[in-house]
Amino acid sequence: MRFKEKVIHSFFFLNGVLVVIILLGIFALLVFTSIPAFKEIRLSQFFFSGIWNPDAYVKPAYGIVSMLVSTFLITFGSLVIAIPLGIGTAAYLSDLASPRVREIAKPIVEILAGIPSVVIGFLGIVVVGPVIAKIFGLHNGLNALNGSVLLAIMALPTIISLSEDALKSVPKSFEQASLALGATHWQTLIKVKIPAAFSGIIAACMLGMGRAVGETMTVLMATGCAPAMPQSFLDSVRTFSSTIAIELGEVPYNTTHYYALFAVGLVLFIITFMINMASDIILHQYRKVTK
Amino acid sequence: MRDSLVKSDLVKIKVENLNFYYTGVKVLKNITIEIKKNLVTGIIGPSGCGKSTFLRTLNRMNDVVLGAKAEGKILIDGKNIYALDVDVVAIRRKVGMVFQKSNPFPKSIFDNVAYGLRINGIKDKNYITQKIEKSLQDAALWKEVKDRLNKSAFDLSGGQQQRLCIARALAVEPQVLLMDEPASALDPTATAKIEELIQRLKEKYTIVIVTHNMQQAARISDHTAFFMQGVIIEHGLTKKIFTKPVNKITEDYITGRFG
Repeated sequence: MRFKEKVIHSFFFLNGVLVVIILLGIFALLVFTSIPAFKEIRLSQFFFSGIWNPDAYVKPAYGIVSMLVSTFLITFGSLVIAIPLGIGTAAYLSDLASPRVREIAKPIVEILAGIPSVVIGFLGIVVVGPVIAKIFGLHNGLNALNGSVLLAIMALPTIISLSEDALKSVPKSFEQASLALGATHWQTLIKVKIPAAFSGIIAACMLGMGRAVGETMTVLMATGCAPAMPQSFLDSVRTFSSTIAIELGEVPYNTTHYYALFAVGLVLFIITFMINMASDIILHQYRKVTK
Repeated sequence: MRDSLVKSDLVKIKVENLNFYYTGVKVLKNITIEIKKNLVTGIIGPSGCGKSTFLRTLNRMNDVVLGAKAEGKILIDGKNIYALDVDVVAIRRKVGMVFQKSNPFPKSIFDNVAYGLRINGIKDKNYITQKIEKSLQDAALWKEVKDRLNKSAFDLSGGQQQRLCIARALAVEPQVLLMDEPASALDPTATAKIEELIQRLKEKYTIVIVTHNMQQAARISDHTAFFMQGVIIEHGLTKKIFTKPVNKITEDYITGRFG
């Protein structure tokens, strides 16, 4: 009996350790494969130059700034669209919708999260792109704005679902106190419920953002992928993830270019890791306060 | 002294043939009662008798409950609050409420009391500051919190939190104060403070208080209404209800034979 107990114990322990080892392994792989890149690329060039042109005959350039700007541009754009829409929907579901509507709508929203990104990318090419091209009078609609719209669609389920949970977990007594003081439902929502659920909502947005930053296929399909410094939302952009996806398949093995792509991956990994970590800390704080 | 007060005859709230339903189940049956101005009316009765529901019909807090329906009239200063053209928000500003469990907002002490003023569109900082001091004084909390108004309301003790909730309700200048077992979660010292406060508040407000505690009802209320199974069994001067109840059931209840 004792023996069996021990076997089970160590089985689950190993499972837990394995996950950590895999994570560390990925990190180590990225780090060690990135290092050789910096034998030829100066760190200052890598981090501060806006020119990414690894295939140049004379002077290959390995600057990630344009990708960094691109990534942040579409992430920022997607959040500007997704946050108000997401919080609004969450507030509707938690406060205004009848129980019937909520029971149907919430699972649908959650299923939205499961739509493959390639399908969303398809949507970007055949629907969002032409619409943007028409509105702004462009030749094509494959640009940062398109990517932002699509990423917003992808981030919405996370933001809606978690924000709704946060709003739902605001104690009923706050709402009652507010209503009893003569506040309207609207005032109660804006001044009591959303502030009380604030950290939960922030965490939801951060997780939504984490998804947007690392998303590859959608962005690859819908943003045009020009490796240049974007001037506006109507320019074609190329993010960290799409650069890796496009180039890694064709790059000669063990060249500076090859290593440089790993370095790009490392930067992306660190960014998403920090976002997820921050949202986790906020969420944790929030659970402590409400308990 | 108490008797002279009890003779006050101004009617603040008049409830006429009130029936109340939760999803078709009748929980209040034909309630008719007059609540006098500037007196404390205690509502007593066993659990589930409808006393809290009754209290919540007086500021229409039941409206938020799904499937709740009221029939009959509740006249406050002669105006039916269940009339179709009535603004529910205005009623709740006139009829304040303190809940069983203290429920301050997760905000500072200052912002808690200021909340009711701000949602009324008051922006004048001086006015708000003065009003907050006044309300906290009226709720006998000022001395304890005046140096930490910007601290979280959650740092206060249970009794202090409940007095903060009273201050918050007073800040919007209601005329009636409804209290739903305001001391049931408090220790005896904090309870005594709340009771003392209620005695002082009735000079300015009409108070209706639901209580589970027989002694408390006897101590603080001028009138007492005894509810059972959604019906008022007996209503009258507290002294009379507790010494010479007319109804046998009332007598059994107040002497602790059931409940």
